[in-house]
Amino acid sequence: MYSYTIFIMLLPLLSFIILGLAGMKMQHKVAGWIGTCSLGLVTILSYLTAFQYFGADRVNGIYQTIVPYNFTWLPLGNLHFDLGILLDPISVVMLIVISTVSLMVHIYSFGYMHGEKGFQRYYAFLSLFTMSMLGLVLATNIFQMYMFWELVGVSSYLLIGFYYPLKPAIAASKKAFIVTRFADMFFLVGILTFGYFTDSFSFSFAGDIVMGQGTTPFIQGSMAKAVAAGGFIIPTALVLMFIGGAGKSAMFPLHIWLPDAMEGPTPVSALIHAATMVVAGVFQIARMFPLWIEYAPQAMSIVVWVGVFTAFYAAAVACAQTDIKRVLAFSTISQIAFMMVALGVCLPGHEALFDNHAQLGYMAGMFHLFTHAMFKACLFLGAGCIIHAVHSNEMALMGGLRKYMPITHVTFLISCLAIAGIPFFSGFSSKDEIITACMQYSPVVGWIMTGIAAMTAFYMFRLYYGIFWGTENVEAHEHHTPHEAPLSMTIPLIVLCVITVGVGIYSTLGGFLGWGGSFGSYVAAAGTDYTIHFDTQIAATSTIIAILSICLATYIYKGESQPIADRLYKTFPKLHRAAYKRFYQDEIWQYVTHRIIFRCVSTPIAWFDRHIVDGTFNFMAWGANEAGESIRSWQSGDVRQYAVWFLTGSVALTLILLCI
Amino acid sequence: MIPVECYFALSALLFFIGVYGFVTRRNLIAMLISVELVLNAVDINFAAINRLLYPEGMEGMFMTLFVIGVAAAESAVAIAIIINVYRKFRSDSVDAIQNMKR
Repeated sequence: MYSYTIFIMLLPLLSFIILGLAGMKMQHKVAGWIGTCSLGLVTILSYLTAFQYFGADRVNGIYQTIVPYNFTWLPLGNLHFDLGILLDPISVVMLIVISTVSLMVHIYSFGYMHGEKGFQRYYAFLSLFTMSMLGLVLATNIFQMYMFWELVGVSSYLLIGFYYPLKPAIAASKKAFIVTRFADMFFLVGILTFGYFTDSFSFSFAGDIVMGQGTTPFIQGSMAKAVAAGGFIIPTALVLMFIGGAGKSAMFPLHIWLPDAMEGPTPVSALIHAATMVVAGVFQIARMFPLWIEYAPQAMSIVVWVGVFTAFYAAAVACAQTDIKRVLAFSTISQIAFMMVALGVCLPGHEALFDNHAQLGYMAGMFHLFTHAMFKACLFLGAGCIIHAVHSNEMALMGGLRKYMPITHVTFLISCLAIAGIPFFSGFSSKDEIITACMQYSPVVGWIMTGIAAMTAFYMFRLYYGIFWGTENVEAHEHHTPHEAPLSMTIPLIVLCVITVGVGIYSTLGGFLGWGGSFGSYVAAAGTDYTIHFDTQIAATSTIIAILSICLATYIYKGESQPIADRLYKTFPKLHRAAYKRFYQDEIWQYVTHRIIFRCVSTPIAWFDRHIVDGTFNFMAWGANEAGESIRSWQSGDVRQYAVWFLTGSVALTLILLCI
Repeated sequence: MIPVECYFALSALLFFIGVYGFVTRRNLIAMLISVELVLNAVDINFAAINRLLYPEGMEGMFMTLFVIGVAAAESAVAIAIIINVYRKFRSDSVDAIQNMKR
């Protein structure tokens, strides 16, 4: 019934292979069309899957988990690595998110990358990325997820370093790869620990637990293993996996790679570093969610507090950045932290676990993932249009662009309103649900998150006014008048905006009036139909706070000159500088790695490797060489001499054998 | 009836003549002939011992025939090599081709 889902993964793989092998012989247009058409088909198939999946009847009030394909790839005793496709509400929602954003980015890149050297390579990498991300969300077990997780990391590395002649691009791609790989090491250790103690890599027994059946997975393992696993092993494994997720999702302190990843082409930032790949960590937590709930509810607070701190930190840094892509990068970090917090707060009291309201956070986190992907992709693509027009990332060279770029201006404004959490835009519904969930968890977290939401509104509108209002940089615009982007770049913006507004209007009205049929009906922790219903008090508070901070940003940044901003800057130069320098996180990492780890750990290890390990092998090679040299003269080339030696040898052997 | 020791004596004699010739001769053809002598000594041994120990079996005889066949092939190859060596070095002495070791 779902047998066509295999093509969702095969088509991008095919287009990657074709473009990767034959791309350089193709014209730019042909390569672009191959990539875009295969992705268009994938998008159609994804929507078909979603339509069919959510159109099917619920069994016992939940959507069935469907596995159309699964085969054992590597059997290892009780353990086995499988490859397959798994459809459940979150993976189907992720299919929609990935294919939509990816298709938009493919179309947009026609305009943005027009005439670039390596255009075909770019499309090949985009296809590879899409394939691996789809494989990640469709994985039937943790190990398959990990495989595609690494593939996603590789394609991200390749795309960040797309402009490989430029030094910063190489440095950024290396940094991204090393930092995420470092985090993935913990993920791998977590997976292996988990697999060793539970004899399974599958999520399926997890799926049983969330339905309250609580079947034990430890039938085949020994009793001691089972006891250890039930006690502290599963929480440890889950926290290790969370570190992997935190690396991919740029949680503090592993966030340092994401701002630098903006060296890649802007559509790539929109696709990978804003909408899809960076939410892999959130998706991972959501996938493992039943395990977290059942075995490690206390450890969930780690997720919450890491999320809260990251959200605050990133928001604070975003207020001081001047590179528009950096602002967006930090806002991405902050928003992903919102999703993490939402998943983490999803257990206010364990007995109320399966109560409909307690699972609010899970739904809210996934909902925010969905809405954020749409409006953040739109923001990034808008930023791409601006960079395309101005040829710079610096806000100082912009200002007053609203006259030149009307479509970009309107779509950017709508997305800013969405991220700020204004009613009737999609960000409002999801963010409001997150804050409600936080309030239920603990009012402290709730109010902190409200404050961070206010900061979000503030820095997004600072960015908006800095780009589209304020002083026009006449000098820069003289030899190059900014112009609206071509149609291939504006259409994706409009499509993403329509989704943002459409989802926003439906879910806002539905939330206040208590209609069903919105996001909660499809994705919920227990799988049952959950009707989003706003808490009017919280909704009103967060809306008022968001509007107030937008007003504040308007007041400070809208005018031609910005006296208040200048005065603030003069009053707190150190604070501004620290925020601009990202609170010296990069320097701290640099110090820790170079001064402490490299000097105290790596240098002795390198010495050991050079002198002991290499020395042993060099000695063996030297010995063989010497032995060869010393018997070399025996080979004289005189056949009769050989014959005598041969004869002597055989006579000697015969005598020895006779004596024995 | 010829006693079996005579066969052994003949075989040993042939063998050592062959070995001696192989070691002392420089001429490639002479060395080849010496090798043939060694092989023939073995053939005689095979045939004699077969008759002595297993008169009803024929395996030793077959082995002899087999060795003769192999020896024929071997001398064909060896002579081909010797002809080539002669063409190249204008000599049929083993000392001429000492530098073949490299």
